[in-house]
Amino acid sequence: MAAPIGQPRVRLPASAKAGEIIEIRTLISHVMETGNRRDQEGKTIPRDIIKRFVAKFDGQEVFAMDLATAISANPYIAFPFKVEKAGSFEFTWTNDAGEERKSTAELKLA
Amino acid sequence: MRARHLAGLAGGGVALLGLAVAALAQGGGEPQRAIPDPQSGRHFATPETLEIQDDDFQNPAFLWVEEGERAWSHAEGSAGKSCASCHGDAAESMKGVRARYPAFDAKKGRVVTLEQRVNICREENMGAPPLRIDSRPLNAMTTYLGLQSRGMPVQVDISGPARPFFDKGEDFYNTRRGQLDMRCGSCHEDNFGRHLRADLLSQGMSNGFPTYRLKEQRVISLQYRLQGCVNDVRGQAPPMGGEEFTNLEFYLAWRAQGLPVETPAVRR
Repeated sequence: MAAPIGQPRVRLPASAKAGEIIEIRTLISHVMETGNRRDQEGKTIPRDIIKRFVAKFDGQEVFAMDLATAISANPYIAFPFKVEKAGSFEFTWTNDAGEERKSTAELKLA
Repeated sequence: MRARHLAGLAGGGVALLGLAVAALAQGGGEPQRAIPDPQSGRHFATPETLEIQDDDFQNPAFLWVEEGERAWSHAEGSAGKSCASCHGDAAESMKGVRARYPAFDAKKGRVVTLEQRVNICREENMGAPPLRIDSRPLNAMTTYLGLQSRGMPVQVDISGPARPFFDKGEDFYNTRRGQLDMRCGSCHEDNFGRHLRADLLSQGMSNGFPTYRLKEQRVISLQYRLQGCVNDVRGQAPPMGGEEFTNLEFYLAWRAQGLPVETPAVRR
C-alpha cells in the first residue's frame, strides 16, 4: 500500500509585475521510499516515491519534473517563472501507484 | 566535577581552597557547568544545513508543525476535548513552555518531559490513548509546541524536589558506557569542534529539539537521538520515555540553559 501523499505547501509572491521573474516554491510530505531498503525481517520495503510533479498555469504546462529514488523524503521543488498575466496555478504530485495530490494558487498582477 | 572545581581554585590560594572545601562539605552547593558559555548546535552545522533551517518554508519540519497545529484543535478521546478546549490559542498559552521543560510534576512526584506532559494531558484530561514516544503525531505536537518558544532562552528549574532527578541525569551523563567506554562528555565536552568523520562534534546542546534530521529524513525527538548516541559508543540504550533518559534530558536542558530555543532545528 502506498503511503498517503501529505499536505502540500506552496508559496509564491502575493502579486507580481508583468515581465518579472518570480520563484515558485513547493514542499510536500512524502516518505520517498527507495525500494532498496529492508525491514527488520529482511523483507524488501516496496518502492513508493513521488514520481512526477507538474505545474500548470491557466491549464498550460509550465514546469514538469520526473523524480527518482535518490531524492530525499519530503521533496522541495522550486522553479522560476516569468510573469505575463494574472492567472491560476495548478500543481500535481503523482506517486508510483498513480495517486495524485493537487494544490492551486492564484497569481495577481501588481 | 568536584575535582575540576577544586583544581580551578587551587591557583587562587589556600584561603579560597578552604572556602571551597567548606562549601562542598555542606552538600555540593550549586552545580557548575563544564561549559559555562555553551554554543548551540547551529554553530557546528554547515551553511547549507542552516539555510534549510532558517527558511521556514523550506524547513521540512514545518510539515510536522502544520500537523501539530491541526491536531491542537482536533477533539479526541472520551471527554470529547481537544488541546484547544482548555488551552485556547497555543501561540499564547504555550509560549515559553518548551523553554522550561522538562519540569518537575508535583502530582507525579518526578520530572516529566514535554512528550510525557502531552500524554499525561491526553490520558487524564482528554480520555485519549497516549501517543508512542517519537511517533509522528507526538513529534508533530511537540514540534508545534516547541515553535511557540522559539528564540526564548532555555530555563529549567532544577531546585528543590527536582534536584535528585537532575543529579541522576548528571550521573548518567558522566558514566562511561558501551564497548568504547565513553561518557557523553568524551565527545561533547572534551572534543567539540573537532571532526568525527565528516561532521563536527557539537557540544550536545538540546535547544534545537525536536529536530529535522536529514539522515533520518524526519523530525526526531531528543531521546531518539540519545539512543543513537548510546548505540554509537556500542552501549545498550535504555528505552525512550524511560526514567534514565528523562533525567538525562533534564540535565541536558540545564547544560543548555540560556541558549535560545531553536525548535525546529535542521541537522545532518
